[in-house]
Amino acid sequence: MASYSLTINNKTYNVEIKGETTLLWVLREHLGLTGTKYGCGIALCGSCTVHLDGKPVRSCTIPLRALKKDQKITTIEGLSQNGDHKIQKAWIEAQAPQCGYCQSGQIMQAAALLAKNPNPTREEIKTYMNGNLCRCGTYLRIVKAIEIAAGKTSANT
Amino acid sequence: MNKALSRREFLKTSGGVALLIGVSGILPQMISCKNKKEAQEIIEKHSLSAWVQLTNDGRVIIYNPAAELGQGSMTSLPAIFAEEMDADWSTVSVEFSPQVSAIYGSDKWSPNNKVMLTAGSRITYGYYSIMRQAGAQARYILMHSAAQLWKTPMKELSTTNGAVIDYQDGRSISYGELVPHLVMPEKLPEFSESEFKNPKNYRFIGIDQPRVDIPEKVMGTTRFAIDIKLPEMLYGVLERGKVHGASPKLNNESKILALEGVLKLVRFDYAIGIIAETLEQALAAKKLLDITWSEAPSSRFNSQECYKKYGKIATDQTTGKVIVNKGDIGSAIKSAYKKFTVDFKNDYVYHAQMEPLNAVVQVGKDGKSAEVWVGSQQGFDSKLGIPNYLGIPAENVKINLQYLGGGFGRRSMTDFVLEGTGLAREIAPRPVKLIWTREDDVSYGAYRPLTLQRLTAATDAQGHITGFSHCVVGDGGNLVASGIRIDYYDIPNKFAEWREVSEGIRLKHWRSVGHAPNKFAIECMIDEIATYFRKDPADLRRRLLAKSPRGLATLEKAMAISDWGSTIDVDRAKGIAFLERSGTFSTGVCEISVNSTTGKIKVHNFWSASDAGIVIQPDNVKAQMEGGILMGISSVLKEQLTVVNGQIQQSNFNDYEILRMADIPDNIETAIIESHEPPRGVGESGTPLVACAIANAFLKLTGKPLRHLPFSPERVLNVLNT
Repeated sequence: MASYSLTINNKTYNVEIKGETTLLWVLREHLGLTGTKYGCGIALCGSCTVHLDGKPVRSCTIPLRALKKDQKITTIEGLSQNGDHKIQKAWIEAQAPQCGYCQSGQIMQAAALLAKNPNPTREEIKTYMNGNLCRCGTYLRIVKAIEIAAGKTSANT
Repeated sequence: MNKALSRREFLKTSGGVALLIGVSGILPQMISCKNKKEAQEIIEKHSLSAWVQLTNDGRVIIYNPAAELGQGSMTSLPAIFAEEMDADWSTVSVEFSPQVSAIYGSDKWSPNNKVMLTAGSRITYGYYSIMRQAGAQARYILMHSAAQLWKTPMKELSTTNGAVIDYQDGRSISYGELVPHLVMPEKLPEFSESEFKNPKNYRFIGIDQPRVDIPEKVMGTTRFAIDIKLPEMLYGVLERGKVHGASPKLNNESKILALEGVLKLVRFDYAIGIIAETLEQALAAKKLLDITWSEAPSSRFNSQECYKKYGKIATDQTTGKVIVNKGDIGSAIKSAYKKFTVDFKNDYVYHAQMEPLNAVVQVGKDGKSAEVWVGSQQGFDSKLGIPNYLGIPAENVKINLQYLGGGFGRRSMTDFVLEGTGLAREIAPRPVKLIWTREDDVSYGAYRPLTLQRLTAATDAQGHITGFSHCVVGDGGNLVASGIRIDYYDIPNKFAEWREVSEGIRLKHWRSVGHAPNKFAIECMIDEIATYFRKDPADLRRRLLAKSPRGLATLEKAMAISDWGSTIDVDRAKGIAFLERSGTFSTGVCEISVNSTTGKIKVHNFWSASDAGIVIQPDNVKAQMEGGILMGISSVLKEQLTVVNGQIQQSNFNDYEILRMADIPDNIETAIIESHEPPRGVGESGTPLVACAIANAFLKLTGKPLRHLPFSPERVLNVLNT
């Protein structure tokens, strides 16, 4: 057991836990931040995507002991105050989710994309989002939502 | 007083619909139940059992009896109800109904037996009449109450957007304002078709409403069963064999029990269960289990070698279970100008729903009750088999249905619910969250069966199909036989049969069930015939659909929107397919290219046209077709689950790959044919169009047939090089 102080969504959380425990289990099962999802445990589906100092990472393969002090973690719960991040609004406009399980990860990945590249081409979107699986088949609407958020299109086109 | 109360609480009408007014907040509740006593008991147990609840502040809560796994019923069923109730949609919220099939079931699964089962794309079909009737009755109560309040004859009243209006006096009262004045009519009418709202006044049916579940899904606050946390909750995992049905012998029990946080080991016939304080402790212990596995019926099974045996079974003179026998197939084949015999094959595929299976279960201290939080597609037993498993009465089991992170048929099985119950029983009354890892989910999955299909067709000299025979060899009954019927095709002699084999591999419905493999075989056969006679495959289908006007209309529409027959890039080709699934007729057209060096097929465009009867939410139908087609492309181009000496060879998304964004088509266009027929299913209509449309485009492009699913690059190269 070790003590960890984590900065998540601008709040400080203290946990007593083994350093090999992954960030995903800490978020979900210890801190109750269940918006971040478990899908594969080997960083191949992207359901567990969170931001570490603004960059998208797969929380299922990050043991707590690998985190550096003062690194800022952002989860879907901290992406916006009231679900009104432009990506979230575009997601609703495109009626993107179906079952919704992968969507937190998709949204965190897409938010990171637009923060880095506000005007991505369709190919850049596909490349950047390629690590996030969706079994319901919402990919086309995800592309559309990202293009809406980037101001390239609207839901009616 | 007693008499008045009893009337207010419970009224029965000829149709077996009872009506209840609750005590606080005045809750008009409608309950369909044949057995008055049973209904009364249920009402006492679930004080909010109802289709709708009106609150004093004007909110309208509509209860959705279906599971929500992404298909949109959480919005479309309440939309049907709200249409007849004439509700103000801005006041509507939706909640899951209790899992009590006597009240919330539909008899569209089996006559005279109410069932809550979200499968087979039957929810809209199964609940359309129920929601209309209940909505119209709710409106009737509101109008009756306003008539009493105003002392006006009811016939002078009407409703508009959540209010009762009196045209005579120009007054109106909102449904919310009516709550303190609600009175039950002596008799609640059963409404007939002509008494329902005129479709030209529809505000919800056929008109898109934003899906009610989406805002929470983009905020990450939707609660799936895997997100549940209860006080004192423990964690459970199971180690199951790589060979289905093998029994475990644990060699290091004391070592495992000594591990930090491990509380209990639980033996199952096919697994060892671990209960621990935390999930990470449970998972760590699972990795350290030393188990010797027994032999099982599937121990010698090899999924890539069995086709030879299946071919022999198809050749055997003994027929299997005959499903279709129309005309005289034997004579048709004997007298044929040209006879075609072709074998098609398909490997196993896995569901890969994004939320791995899980359940939270709490068993009462005395073992006589259970409460469950689960994402389930429900079942013929809406208590998911738990009463039988624990040997307790059904009313002692409470199911709290959560949102499902995908189902695709896998969550209509209850294995994971019973496993969770088996763990929780051993440590009652502490609740246990059972989680399957992705590896568990893949290797102890229940797959779409592997089959070999032998098709034989007879034609005359003009290439008209005179006989069509279909033999499917595989395991699982309807799992392999669904979709084998081609009633819509005008062919005088038809024969279809299923020949059973059993390999001991776990099997389950997978989106569209047998339709995807069977329609693949049927539709490819038609294109092989068209190609031989140098006919346009769309023209050949036009002739076959001559007596199916609804089917033909989808064909014409799909041809129009895909610009069928126009010259395109020489490196690309289009393929077409027609089918019926869940009562919906669909034609699909896809456009592909092939990389002849890598063998990789790229789908550029997919067009479809469907007649699904009355469409409740058009954009949701499009979303279902898009999703179904993408899942189809995934399964057809990538997915393959293999078995060697009984051992499942795949374990996660590294070796069981599903479609990623880089490989999606540029565009999927969905056309909906206008219809006044009752609504039918669309959730599974897109998926089975894909294999045949791609193979038919490939045949057009290369002159070579693809006859074995999936069309992996290696297989495609093999076909190109032969």
